Amino acid sequence: MDTTDDKCKCDAGEAAGGEETGVSKVSQDKGLLAVILAFLAGLGIALAVGWVVYPALLYSEQEQPVQFNHELHMAEVPDGCESCHFFREDGTFSGVPTLDQCRDCHESAIGESEEELKFVEEYMEKDQEVPWLIYSRQPDCVFFSHAAHVLKAGMSCEACHGPIGESTSLKTYQENRITGYSRDIWGEDLTGIFKKNPWDSMKMDDCARCHDKETGSKGACFQCHK
Amino acid sequence: MKIDRRSFLSLAAGVAAGTALTPLPLKLTDDLSIWTQTFRYMPNEVPVPPDGAVSVATSVCSLCPGGCGISVRKIDNRAVKIEGRQGYPVNNGGICTLGLAGLQLLYGPWRVQEPLKKKEGGFEKISWDQALSEISGRLNDLRRNGKSPSVAAITGAGQNTTGRLLQRFLTVFGSPHFIRIPAVDDSLAFAAGRMLGTAGVPAFDFENSSYVLSFGSGLLDGWGSPVRMFQAHSRWKENGATLVQVEARLSNTAAKADVWVPVKPGTEATLALGLAHVIVRDGLHDPAIEAAGKAFDAFRELLKSRYAPGAVARQTGVEEPKIEKLARDFARSPRPVAVCGKGAGQDPVESLEAMAVLALNALAGGFNRSGGVRINAAPDYIHWPEPEGSAAQKSNGTRLDVHRLPELINGGAQPPVQALFVMEANPLFTLHGAPALAGAVDKIPLVVSLSSYMDETAAAADYVLPVHAYLERYEDVLITAGLKEPLVGLSRPVVKPKFGSRHAGDVLIDLARAMGDDVAAAFPWENFEDCLKQTMADKWDVLSDQGYLAETGPEIPAGGMNFAALVESAELQPPGQGENGAWPLTLIPYDSMRLWGGHIGTPPFVLKTVADTVLKQADVFVEVNPVTAERYHLADGRPAFLETPAGKARVRVHVTDGIAPDVIAMPRGLGHAAYDDYLAEKGVNINALIGPVEDPVSGLDVAWGVKAKLTTA
Ligand code: SF4
Repeated sequence: MDTTDDKCKCDAGEAAGGEETGVSKVSQDKGLLAVILAFLAGLGIALAVGWVVYPALLYSEQEQPVQFNHELHMAEVPDGCESCHFFREDGTFSGVPTLDQCRDCHESAIGESEEELKFVEEYMEKDQEVPWLIYSRQPDCVFFSHAAHVLKAGMSCEACHGPIGESTSLKTYQENRITGYSRDIWGEDLTGIFKKNPWDSMKMDDCARCHDKETGSKGACFQCHK
Repeated sequence: MKIDRRSFLSLAAGVAAGTALTPLPLKLTDDLSIWTQTFRYMPNEVPVPPDGAVSVATSVCSLCPGGCGISVRKIDNRAVKIEGRQGYPVNNGGICTLGLAGLQLLYGPWRVQEPLKKKEGGFEKISWDQALSEISGRLNDLRRNGKSPSVAAITGAGQNTTGRLLQRFLTVFGSPHFIRIPAVDDSLAFAAGRMLGTAGVPAFDFENSSYVLSFGSGLLDGWGSPVRMFQAHSRWKENGATLVQVEARLSNTAAKADVWVPVKPGTEATLALGLAHVIVRDGLHDPAIEAAGKAFDAFRELLKSRYAPGAVARQTGVEEPKIEKLARDFARSPRPVAVCGKGAGQDPVESLEAMAVLALNALAGGFNRSGGVRINAAPDYIHWPEPEGSAAQKSNGTRLDVHRLPELINGGAQPPVQALFVMEANPLFTLHGAPALAGAVDKIPLVVSLSSYMDETAAAADYVLPVHAYLERYEDVLITAGLKEPLVGLSRPVVKPKFGSRHAGDVLIDLARAMGDDVAAAFPWENFEDCLKQTMADKWDVLSDQGYLAETGPEIPAGGMNFAALVESAELQPPGQGENGAWPLTLIPYDSMRLWGGHIGTPPFVLKTVADTVLKQADVFVEVNPVTAERYHLADGRPAFLETPAGKARVRVHVTDGIAPDVIAMPRGLGHAAYDDYLAEKGVNINALIGPVEDPVSGLDVAWGVKAKLTTA
């Protein structure tokens, strides 16, 4: 023990710059403080990086090419979501509408809003599809069938996509710089702990959780990864 | 405060603890794992194409004269798969390798995307307006200076609406030089014209034949309508029909034939007439032909004096008893048919050979009967009003044969051709003596290529005008390639044009319009589609609904066959070349379903199917018999120099029993200088090693083999 103590003092003395033994107590306290401060500083930096800097760096932000009001359209169309996001005859899902679905009403501009003019002039008249940024696009290795979920299992659109139909504008699209996918797949909340609604995130675990609950099994790999 | 070692470690511990309390480790791990899954930015990334609506469009493939019906599977406006169209009369669901790989011709990187103009060291992009106004300006200058007949056009499109628009353009401009790239159909039509009075194309009822005698026709190597021929081959197997292949090389057709008769290249006509000798001598021929035919006695005399089996055996290398047997089997079979046109049938044959084949069919009573042959007059559905005013002038000039171009151009001080249009053809690659033609074309002040691809001819042109690829356009496709019944098929746009190309017909209409006055007036259509619909008139609905029109004309009886034309041709035929010490071998080209020698370059998918005894990396193999190899000390797989009077090339040797001694064979369709990295600079273009040989009767270039020598490198 003694030896250890001696060594300790000796070290502390050295650390304090080889001062007299009487002063070494103070330097010891100081040393401890420095260690604690350093720890706290490290902790602070890491927390800041992890919670603030990293998310800010990770995602790039982009606005949609044209703004769109779901709520307004829902009031006009006959069949709710399915009016524009429909199933084709062969059972495949059309996904994001193409100009063909817009043409009937928007062949020429309705009203004078800036976005409407932009849509008609730049896309409709040039017969150029709008390069929509898709919040829900899954990685290329994932195969997902809307028909199995909506037509077979009778799920509603909201069950996974949330109350998108009530939105009045399209939010800023955030793209993960590393993966190239939308932030909505992982979810707004980076911890994944505070998830409230099913549509808050749509990672593989989210699929598995729901499958486990509804079918009693998380499912096999090849169900989604072909 | 000084940061000592302990504080530093503590800082690190703080960072570690803090990091653990953030979502960073988990999130970063997940992100990186996804990044590795997608492997973006990697050269081997497998693209995942976008999703969309599935649909199927029907059209007609116009990549070869076959004219198969196709069904194209599409996702939105993207064609993703080409299949044979079920129930289509030509191919009933079948398709060939080229047709299957057609998507690469639509989306391949060698498409010309906008009009190009030659400038120092390359091309510059120009607008359509500029291109058309510059070209029409130069044409008008020629016209004003009385040089209208100095304009020529070469096309592979032939007799369909687009081809006829080009012909009309030349006519109203005042030039007779509309040149179609000739094929075996032209030789047969010429022979039919001389012997039967109607220059129609023979149609062969292969499906119902009991005995098919083929003089080197690659019936299973791309001849005629290739898919239909494969299906006919299945029928022969079912019906127990006999296929006899007369050819010096063990082609696919020869390998699948019941009898393979290796013959000295160039003596096919002699053998055919040797068979006729036996048939007539033994009285096995159709008596009606003898009774009604003209100059039959002269024909009999000719056969007797020049084509006795002994003499024929010496010339052709086929033994006498074999000649006797072949002749008897052919004549005694219930429904025999004889056919010619070497390889894929894309080359004219000697008039004597074509006439001898017609005569054999007539002797066997094969005209207008099941399993035989019938002559069809060229489909006649394009009737446009005669041009008026100055455009109606009758041009006074003679026909210009494409193989004569170099001679003509190099002969005079000033090229007689001042402007050359090339449409859907690649003569600088496909024609014999290609390098000489390239040199000649170089001297023409204005060369315009209407092409979808940057092929050899486009690369040598002053203007390249990109035309729609075959899946992007309307086209009436004349399908005569040996079909039982000639058809007009309809190609229609399967996808929207991908680049700034135009329809060749539209280019011609626009060009005529830009030239003004009477030339413009002779092209009154709004655009090509309008022109096609007006041309088809009341036939359009049927054509559009079922995708084809049957255009069978009246039967032409063979009874009055005039044998005098054949006898005359035999007199004119130069005697076969004797042995020549300097050129001891005969080089022949061969066609296959894996390499395309026409104006369409072989796409990468198809090139992948070529065996490495044909092409290895950039080296092409020449097939050599073991006897020949031993005599000239050539070893299998080794490099060698191949020399002909027309040129020299470095090749490799493939020693095989599948070729007759003293004959060597090389594939067509290799040795491109243009196109893309997949096709360019691979192998040797055999057309550069063979000079044109003019038929003394028809004037067509009928070169097939060429004298050659092979030495170790
Ligand atoms: S045979 Fe000719 S027409 Fe038929 S698919 Fe092949 S290339 Fe096209």
